[in-house]
Amino acid sequence: MAPYESDDTTAVADADELRAARRRKAARYVVPAAVLGVAAGTIGLVPAIADSGSPDLPEITAQQLIEKIAASDVQQLSGTVKISTDLGLPDLGGLESELMSGATPSGGEGSSADPSAKLTELASGTHTLRVAADGPDKQKLSLLEDAAEYSLIHNGKDVWGYDSASNEVYHGTATEGAEQREGEVPATPQELAEEALKAVDDTTSVTVDGTAQVAGRDAYKLVIEPKQSGSTVGAISVAVDAKTGLPLKFTLTPASGGAAVVDAGFTQISFAKPAASTFDFTPPKGAKVTEEGSVDAPEHSQQPKEEDFAKGLDGLNVIGEGWTSVAVIDSGAEGMPSDAKRGDMGDAGAMGSFLGSLGDEVTGKFGSGTVFKTRLVNALITDDGKVYVGAVTKDALVKAADSGK
Amino acid sequence: MSQAEVIGSRRSPLWTFGLLRSELTTTFRRWRTLALLGVLAAVPVLVGIAVKIETSDSSSLGGGGGGEGPAFITQITNNGLFLVFTALAATLPFFLPMAIGVVAGDAIAGEANAGTLRYLLVAPAGRTRLLLTKYATTLAFCLAATLVVAVSALTVGALLFPLGDLTTISGTRISFAEGLARALLIALVVAASLIGVAALGLFVSTLTNSGIAAMATTVGLLITVQILDQIPQLHAIQPYFFSHYWLSFADLMREPVYWDDLIRNLGLQALYAIVFGSAAWARFTTKDITA
Repeated sequence: MAPYESDDTTAVADADELRAARRRKAARYVVPAAVLGVAAGTIGLVPAIADSGSPDLPEITAQQLIEKIAASDVQQLSGTVKISTDLGLPDLGGLESELMSGATPSGGEGSSADPSAKLTELASGTHTLRVAADGPDKQKLSLLEDAAEYSLIHNGKDVWGYDSASNEVYHGTATEGAEQREGEVPATPQELAEEALKAVDDTTSVTVDGTAQVAGRDAYKLVIEPKQSGSTVGAISVAVDAKTGLPLKFTLTPASGGAAVVDAGFTQISFAKPAASTFDFTPPKGAKVTEEGSVDAPEHSQQPKEEDFAKGLDGLNVIGEGWTSVAVIDSGAEGMPSDAKRGDMGDAGAMGSFLGSLGDEVTGKFGSGTVFKTRLVNALITDDGKVYVGAVTKDALVKAADSGK
Repeated sequence: MSQAEVIGSRRSPLWTFGLLRSELTTTFRRWRTLALLGVLAAVPVLVGIAVKIETSDSSSLGGGGGGEGPAFITQITNNGLFLVFTALAATLPFFLPMAIGVVAGDAIAGEANAGTLRYLLVAPAGRTRLLLTKYATTLAFCLAATLVVAVSALTVGALLFPLGDLTTISGTRISFAEGLARALLIALVVAASLIGVAALGLFVSTLTNSGIAAMATTVGLLITVQILDQIPQLHAIQPYFFSHYWLSFADLMREPVYWDDLIRNLGLQALYAIVFGSAAWARFTTKDITA
């Protein structure tokens, strides 16, 4: 405190001054601390307040609500959708994309703008999508990425896929195929809800569970629960817009509890007609355009694989019904080598033991095999090459395998 | 009037402006500052020439692998304006904040180091006002540095590559004029993204009397935060890092613009500015000035 120093201050005054100065010092630090506290409080509280709204809406039965969804005829909308998927798959990092590029023709020669390659990305993690629709002929789906975007644009006859990160364009023509392609990965809440409602029968309970506020709109919550035990699906909750009947949010919670496996919902929605320019697309100068047919080239090399897969599908059987149905695929091939056989298989053995380390060894009347678990779908691969897959628990899988013997 | 002027001259806004002006000229006349700006201006030149050489045999950049290198780099050959976005995306993670760290870290500690701080305080400005002036100068440097990168990139882009209508990352087309307007907006957002680092640097600068220590600490913190932001296990705290939403400026190139992350970024920068600005004030106004 150089300016305060002077010769005539006594020791007592000095001590007083020091104490006062120290208090002043401490008091000043209250300002940043208070700002920090207020900010932390606001960040913590605001989402809690925003979520707490459950609007007053007239009572409605589940049947009426489903009819409302079916009768929903929203032609024009634009909005932002957030999809979180947590299948509980082990995070394989780079290996995952490696496998992906092997499984789809996107590796190297193919186009990174190919829709089927891009949309599989939705299967894990959290993604933000934008959807816009104007009648049956114009739709746009954009997957927002870091400083890039993947857009799938359907405008009349044309279907464009544009990957801005690599500046690549995929062009196809829209027939029924276009809708089918979009159907491969149900992305909007409406598609997801329709998928779920297909499964409704006497094995399922459907109830209306109050109301909620989604994307600033009042919505009913439709809860679909399996009545059977043994399913890994806990409940499916669909938030349906009270005015338009459009499903706004889709949540699938596993029976084991914890975070939702799939959580897809609008975070923002508008029913105004989107600007026509939204659906206009001309490939930018210098962009690499892949026509739908020309992707065939790399696909030819994959042909044998696909045939194998088709052969595998021939052996497809379904055991059980409703939620606990288990698909049985008789691949006819040598199955997962269990520990005893692994030793003498070289590379394949190493791969086998790697896969084996991800799964659990089980035995039953059917013999022995390995169970691979995710939070939703479990698969049992027996040593004699049969694959049992279903959204059921491990025990139910073993039971299905036993009954299949 | 004249009497009021004599008495009130200490508090007149014009006087503050004079202090700011002298600070600005001191800062921007320094060789160090000019060298920093020169390095920043050179980055777009290097990127532009590299892209030009890489694509001179009419091959497409990156061989179609896609998504590697700074954002927008694949578009530069088709439209020089994209060099502005690429250059900003390339300099924002390190070059720009490092330059800010040097200027902000030097603001108080550098004066103390050179023994000029007490002379500054002898002038009847008051510590709070001096601190505000120092912060304003740092922010002016943020803007200047960003504009230097943008203008240099635009010049190089116009010289080496064609210009014209451009495609947004959502696939829609906008006119060149609108593209320019968006480029300016992006430059402003990038400059605003540096507000947090500037406040942090100023706070560090009030903690020490060594200019070098303050700069090193600021740049070190910057690098640490950038590394921590890459570790997936820390995703719970990452949204609070000042650098977390930096690349959200690219959202301005979407159609319609996706505001969520942009607003989060600006809010976070404002929060850093208030918290570290007031911490710097608390420290600087109670500090013993010995040098």
